[in-house]
Amino acid sequence: MTLKDVVEKLGLRVMTVKAALDPELTGAYAGDLLSDVMANARPGNLWITMQTHQNVLAVAQIKDLAAIVLVNGRKPDAETLQKADQENVTVLGTDEPAFRISGQLYRLLGEP
Amino acid sequence: MASRQNLSHAFEIQGGDFGKAGCVSLEIKEILRDLGIDPAIVRRTAIAAYEAEMNVVMYADSATVMLRLNPQGIKIALDDKGPGIHDIELAMQEGYSTATDQMREMGFGAGMGLPNIKRNADLFELKSTIGKGTSYKIFIDLGSEEKT
Ligand SMILES: Nc1ncnc2c1ncn2[C@@H]1O[C@H](COP(=O)(O)OP(=O)(O)OP(=O)(O)O)[C@@H](O)[C@H]1O
Ligand SMILES: [Mg+2]
Repeated sequence: MTLKDVVEKLGLRVMTVKAALDPELTGAYAGDLLSDVMANARPGNLWITMQTHQNVLAVAQIKDLAAIVLVNGRKPDAETLQKADQENVTVLGTDEPAFRISGQLYRLLGEP
Repeated sequence: MASRQNLSHAFEIQGGDFGKAGCVSLEIKEILRDLGIDPAIVRRTAIAAYEAEMNVVMYADSATVMLRLNPQGIKIALDDKGPGIHDIELAMQEGYSTATDQMREMGFGAGMGLPNIKRNADLFELKSTIGKGTSYKIFIDLGSEEKT
């Protein structure tokens, strides 16, 4: 399933201007500890997190993640959004908490 | 594809600069990717470089990083000026961290950075002198299979 399909099916907000929605998703990983995501997320994953500061971008870029999903209606910091557009990292948002959006994603994507 | 023979690049990292944090690792990733190196190896190298870079940002004053590439593999040598590490064996344990509350709020301080380097590198050597600084030597074998 592509990122675009998931964005449409779950009604995710696309927060970056230049969002590449074509990548095929390999699954998702939820976590707020950056080194844990570094260790355990897989390339092409959607990353579900509460962290809104700019240091999330390097994690997404280094791990080749498909996109970041900010939960609980959280908005990215101004510099996060600006840098995300510069660096072509896709930032999404949802009002749902991490548990609920993870459940919905699990139903769509299944066991990784 | 650019020549892989004996490439070398130098970088600087400023301690405490969370705005630029990750820049050196991303640059290293781009250089290696542009050389046509296997994406999994590029990723492993970038993860190891990132964890070392973040530790400079969080705990040290400044550092110089040398990236060297030869047909055998990729070498990253990072030397920082900083407080050093009292007990390297303890620091290497997953979960051990001296990160401040502010860093923890940002999602740092899981105590997984050094274990991540060990997991992704084929060789990892950490040396430290208290009050002077810490040096990281990371080697990624270009013949090796993907580890993670
Ligand atoms: N360059 C360094 N200078 C001084 N101390 C360091 C340095 N690198 C690591 N340390 C010490 O080693 C500890 C463990 O490092 P490690 O990278 O594994 O975890 P962390 O940085 O605390 O958390 P995480 O990397 O998961 O965000 C650090 O908390 C710190 O006390
Ligand atoms: Mg660390």
